[in-house]
Amino acid sequence: MGFFDRLKQGLSKTRESLNEKLDSILKFTKTIDEETFEELEELLISADVGVNTTLELIERLRNKSQKIKNPDELKVILKEEIISLFPKENISLDFPTIMLVVGVNGVGKTTSIGKLANKYKNQGKKIILAAGDTFRAAAIDQLEIWGQNVGVDVIKHQEGADPASVLFDALQAGKARKADMIICDTAGRLHTKKNLMEELKKLYRVCQKEYPEANITSLMVLDATTGQNALIQAKMFKEAVDFSGIILTKLDGTAKGGIAIAIASELGIPVWYIGIGEGINDLQEFNHQDFVEAIFA
Amino acid sequence: MAFESLTQKLGNIFKKLRGKGKLSEADVKQAMREVRIALLEADVNFKVVKELISKITERAIGHEVMESLTPAQQVIKIVNEELTLLMGSKQSRIDFSKDITTIMLVGLQGSGKTTTAGKLGKLLSKDGKKPILVAADIYRPAAIKQLQVVGEKLDLPVFTMGQKDPVDISKASLEYARRHNYNTVIIDTAGRLHIDDELMSELSNISKTINPNEILLVVDSMTGQDAVNVAEEFNKRLKLTGLILTKLDGDSRGGAALSVKAVTGCPIKFVGMGEKLDDLEIFHPERMASRILGMGDVLTLIEKATQDFDLKKAKELEQKLKTQSFDLNDFMEQLSQVKKMGSFDQILNMIPGLSPQKLKGVQFDDNELDRVEAIINSMTMEERSNPAIINGSRRKRIAAGSGTAIQDVNRLLKQYDQTRKMIKQFTGIDKSRKKGRQKLPFFGF
Ligand SMILES: Nc1nc2c(ncn2[C@@H]2O[C@H](COP(=O)(O)OP(=O)(O)O)[C@@H](O)[C@H]2O)c(=O)[nH]1
Ligand SMILES: Nc1nc2c(ncn2[C@@H]2O[C@H](COP(=O)(O)OP(=O)(O)O)[C@@H](O)[C@H]2O)c(=O)[nH]1
Ligand SMILES: [Mg+2]
Ligand SMILES: [Mg+2]
Repeated sequence: MGFFDRLKQGLSKTRESLNEKLDSILKFTKTIDEETFEELEELLISADVGVNTTLELIERLRNKSQKIKNPDELKVILKEEIISLFPKENISLDFPTIMLVVGVNGVGKTTSIGKLANKYKNQGKKIILAAGDTFRAAAIDQLEIWGQNVGVDVIKHQEGADPASVLFDALQAGKARKADMIICDTAGRLHTKKNLMEELKKLYRVCQKEYPEANITSLMVLDATTGQNALIQAKMFKEAVDFSGIILTKLDGTAKGGIAIAIASELGIPVWYIGIGEGINDLQEFNHQDFVEAIFA
Repeated sequence: MAFESLTQKLGNIFKKLRGKGKLSEADVKQAMREVRIALLEADVNFKVVKELISKITERAIGHEVMESLTPAQQVIKIVNEELTLLMGSKQSRIDFSKDITTIMLVGLQGSGKTTTAGKLGKLLSKDGKKPILVAADIYRPAAIKQLQVVGEKLDLPVFTMGQKDPVDISKASLEYARRHNYNTVIIDTAGRLHIDDELMSELSNISKTINPNEILLVVDSMTGQDAVNVAEEFNKRLKLTGLILTKLDGDSRGGAALSVKAVTGCPIKFVGMGEKLDDLEIFHPERMASRILGMGDVLTLIEKATQDFDLKKAKELEQKLKTQSFDLNDFMEQLSQVKKMGSFDQILNMIPGLSPQKLKGVQFDDNELDRVEAIINSMTMEERSNPAIINGSRRKRIAAGSGTAIQDVNRLLKQYDQTRKMIKQFTGIDKSRKKGRQKLPFFGF
């Protein structure tokens, strides 16, 4: 199954899809008036796009409304406008790469690392995982099980150990074993916890210092069910580890992940991958066009 | 980002409303537009927002402004009351009517069920209950181990049967509890999507088999608009008895709380305030309401202010502020009033519109209050009423007299200055100000 179908399948579980709603809005709309805009506004808000970005999108539609002849055209233009909000760049990985996977609690970091390891192993890359979440109960065991399932090495210490020293060991192992990717799991942390954010910065510095030849690619994992708080999350994690892209997880639920549109628009941060299930293959590369199409298809 | 300025924004609208006796329709409508945005940015479901706004508008229009509050506070109060009402007016407890109390924790993946199972176990064992934790998440890698580690930390027994059928595990756990004299059974179930039919059936089978006292939906407070769909479906399949809101130690507004409450009608019983195993608290609807609005505990503060403040002194102070003659004597008076109300940090946190940035340099701890008192006591009357004359040599003398360092004196003078400026901002004292109606927002500090 290709990306588009999988995504569509995931998104179509939505009982009342955005598209149905959009169609029902537009079906009764012969002319485009204030009410149409208001309903579109509601539709975007209900997808977690957020007030700012929604108002911006509606404003753009409004400016073009003279030229729009019918509701069908409106739909096309809305899609175009949303797509235009996403940054154009795509996934870019230069090997060897150190991947720092960060995010708030419970979003799917460890699971996504398992899936990523599987994906790149299948592409012939040599991968090492670092069990950098030394805080949460059994987080190390969880990553180890993923490591076993995928068939990659996991560097670990005890629960409560310093994550920087785990990372240090993983970097040494990565160099020695000539790994293409060292993927580092980190403990979930709320962006408001100063000391924990400092800890992340330290991890970043360890990578720079201990393995300057490698490229550091941080990724932030974001649960698609998250609301407006994701904006400030992204901002704070960006400041800490300058992450390159987002892994948008749990898109197999009914949440639309519209917050990714807001993040793209307000912070210029792209989505790299999406998670559409708990299984090892439930990770896809993100394609913003497909994403918007799948929402409105 | 709009998010950060939420408090300020609301403050600004309400500032515009200030200085009028009755709330006009236009005023209220304008304020409601912003309140709507605030609620949506707080992730309150848009349908719930719609209902709320029409209710609040109805109540607010034509409302007489109470003597003790500004129109701005009046509107905040109405909004807050409506939110609190929707959130459930009282805290509710666990149903302990049976000799063995069974509690099922359910919810989406990663919402905090396992951690909360541990926290709840700890809380209830402190209450004299004898709980066991039951590992019924057989899917997520190392989920059983996770619960075992949690149980070990808390010295609570964990019942496991490996990857057996969760329905059998739950049933067996009850027998185990009965046999070993445990009176509370907390079942940690696997995270699942509300649209996953197979796994939802599993939950309803557990429920049918053991007939639990409580089925609590564990909801991440950062959840967006989808919270209603999730809660609605879980409730439909399981008849929830309550909600637990997690990760409230962050800065999410937590509008999901309102949404899930609104669609399920279930009370929010506990809130998770951190990753540690004692970070579980009883839910306070009114606190949640002001959090969603981003208003701090403004109402608590208004209440405290009216309770604890000497009204006559407050009137005097108000007069002083109007004539802008707020001096160090008043500053000290303010501090002693503040001391009556609680710790300084608490109070600062309750004041809306005070962003942390604004507070930089004005923050002092409670010990400092004593130091400040000592410093002011070492000043002459003239110095207190006209702080501008306090030069270098006077500073030295004051420091020596109060047993503090010159830096302390300098800092106090700076704080006084900032306080004065801030109070000026709050009360909107400026040339264009109309006289009358002006009230101190929170009697300053
Ligand atoms: N439905 C679904 N669940 C997911 C997805 N990604 C992760 N999860 C689940 O979310 C929960 C938390 O994941 P985990 O990787 O432990 O999160 P972490 O705390 O960020 O490391 C687990 O139950 C995962 O199985 C996804 O894309 N879809
Ligand atoms: N900051 C914070 N983190 C929490 C809270 N409750 C749970 N967590 C974290 O959220 C993540 C997922 O929790 P877990 O109990 O594994 O969720 P489950 O998948 O629903 O069982 C873990 O990293 C927990 O430490 C809370 O109240 N505050
Ligand atoms: Mg993890
Ligand atoms: Mg769990």
